Amino acid sequence: MSNLVDQTDPRIPTDIAEASQWRLMWLKFKKHKLALISLYLVGFLYVLAAFAEFFQPFDPEVTSRRDVFHPPQMVQFLDRTEDGTRFRPHVLGTTLSRDPETLATSYERNPDEKIYISFLGKSEPYLLAGFIPMQRRLIAPTDPDERFYLLGGDRLGRDMLSRSIAGTRISMSIGLVGVAMSLFLGTLIGGMAGYLGGWFDSVSTRAIELILSMPTIPIWLGLSATIPANIDPLMRYFAITVILSLIGWTELARVVRGRFLALRTEDFVTAARLDGARPRRIVFRHIMPSLMSHIIASVSLAIPAMILAETSLSFLGLGLLPPSISWGVLLKEAQNIRSIAQAPWLFVPGFFVLIAVLALNFLGDGLRDAADPYAQDQ
Amino acid sequence: MYAYILRRLAWSVPFLFAASFLAFTIIQAPPGDYVESYAAKLEADGRQVDEVRLNSLRDRFGLDEPFLSQYWKWISGIAKGDFGLSFQWQQPVSELIGDRMILSVILATSTLLFTWAIALPIGILSAVRQYSWGDYFFSIIGFIGLATPNFLVALILMYVGVVYFGTNVTGLFSAEYVNAEWSWAKFLDLVKHLIIPVVIIGTSATASLIRIMRANLLDELYKPYVTTARAKGLSEFKTILKYPVRIALNPFASTIAWVFPQIISGSTVVAVVLSLPTVDPLMLDALLTQDMYLAGAFILMLSVMSIIGMIVSDIVLAMIDPRIRYR
Repeated sequence: MSNLVDQTDPRIPTDIAEASQWRLMWLKFKKHKLALISLYLVGFLYVLAAFAEFFQPFDPEVTSRRDVFHPPQMVQFLDRTEDGTRFRPHVLGTTLSRDPETLATSYERNPDEKIYISFLGKSEPYLLAGFIPMQRRLIAPTDPDERFYLLGGDRLGRDMLSRSIAGTRISMSIGLVGVAMSLFLGTLIGGMAGYLGGWFDSVSTRAIELILSMPTIPIWLGLSATIPANIDPLMRYFAITVILSLIGWTELARVVRGRFLALRTEDFVTAARLDGARPRRIVFRHIMPSLMSHIIASVSLAIPAMILAETSLSFLGLGLLPPSISWGVLLKEAQNIRSIAQAPWLFVPGFFVLIAVLALNFLGDGLRDAADPYAQDQ
Repeated sequence: MYAYILRRLAWSVPFLFAASFLAFTIIQAPPGDYVESYAAKLEADGRQVDEVRLNSLRDRFGLDEPFLSQYWKWISGIAKGDFGLSFQWQQPVSELIGDRMILSVILATSTLLFTWAIALPIGILSAVRQYSWGDYFFSIIGFIGLATPNFLVALILMYVGVVYFGTNVTGLFSAEYVNAEWSWAKFLDLVKHLIIPVVIIGTSATASLIRIMRANLLDELYKPYVTTARAKGLSEFKTILKYPVRIALNPFASTIAWVFPQIISGSTVVAVVLSLPTVDPLMLDALLTQDMYLAGAFILMLSVMSIIGMIVSDIVLAMIDPRIRYR
């Protein structure tokens, strides 16, 4: 069990023998390759969320009547002209044609028209993260009047790539904000239940059991139906996170309670009590630090659940509403069978959800395994 | 055993009470009361608003009384089978719920059975052949099943159905059976239509059950008693099924308690996407139009269904494992 920290064992290199708990956790976490990759992926998604405007080729709200349900265009890196071939990324233009009988629209590729893409190209001015004035985007059409659709356009000719990136901000942050709220409730109630025991423990345990036995989506729907429809989007965002965390705290409370119960009888807690430490000091100075890693692991598993919940609510029309952009709001566009048959690229935000949730789950698994660095590997 | 069941049933009373209280809070939460919404609806339809009728409605639901006595009127009405009125449909709520509720129960229970039927053998296989290709394959499928929102799977299947097979996968009955009397043919038709929603709703629960079964069985497989069973010459099949699987099943049964609400919850979204004639699309509609007595009745019924699932799970658990009965 304790061979990792046994300093008298000469086979153990001193840097591991003296490593702090956090370092041991990191060493163990690094062994979990999938979790490590997921950590980078999650980091990337949050960078995308923080600087969404910079990564969007276009303003996600700008519509283009000519480009309704525009299909995705492939980037061509080599430009072949009469002067020879050179590296110059571009997409081929399209011309819109309409079937004279069925009035169905279709886009034909037009090899003569090339829309050049420049890296860090100039765009109309915008505010990065809401307050830094910028005029360049990661990729932008060289001619600012042109538009291109790497992931297709929606029913108003808005760029799906820009909209999916814009959705990253709300969808990824709602997980964080919601979990922060659940964490507060969960550690407070779970900690009190675990530390105090007695009637508070049995009442809160029963309440948690009750909430966990409820079908969550109908109740979330019911609660969000009570939010007034004409409320400010920011307020709605907060109302939804509150609603999600009203149920989300239970899982965290259970974990915290379980750990508290286990730690309460540990020798170092008894020692602190016998030393005359007050309950507050025992909880925050002695118990909390050894709980931290478990809390972090459960939090990282709670975030994807929140993201999925928001996506489902918004998809049903009772979560966030346009003009807010989240993955769920975007997927609502893919709700009717006619538009997805015509424009399957409306599913794109769904793959963002898939990647985000998978990565967060693997990350959480890795953290949970690393949370107890002294446990033997199987 | 009977004593245990009785005790368990008694425990569920406060749960039912809390669930009904929650449902009623949701009914009450939107601004304005039922009669105001009702009058607004009548006016919007351009019909005469009858003050006398409004007053009698106000009286019936006790709208001028405090919250708790309103709750009492509502809950005692439900005990008599009266769920209030839906102003959207101009009908008593109880008449709207009936058939849809039965279909919801059928959908949820068949999903639960499907989940078990799939998760049990795959879980055993993944544990016995740990780190084999099959194990990796199902782990990956399981992870994707956990991470994909149900409605996305439903949408993709709908897309595949329409674009590649030219069939419509929505609904629970073919057109000719929708209003038909119940018959063997109609039942077969229902079973055929149930398959897709059941698979979609079941995926994430199946995925987590496979993981639980695998982990539980792995804990048991290398214990000395398994070696003993093998040493005394039992066939490998019998060794595994007779001893470790039986013990690993125990936590498996206790998962009904949380799998069932998860299934009901998941079916809400899927039923809306696939427009199944269950309670869910009607509930969403009621919530969107703030037809709160109807919505509240649905929320109550779905919660009660979950609580019943929890009770059943506890009883099954007590049947498998006698230690629980005497705790």
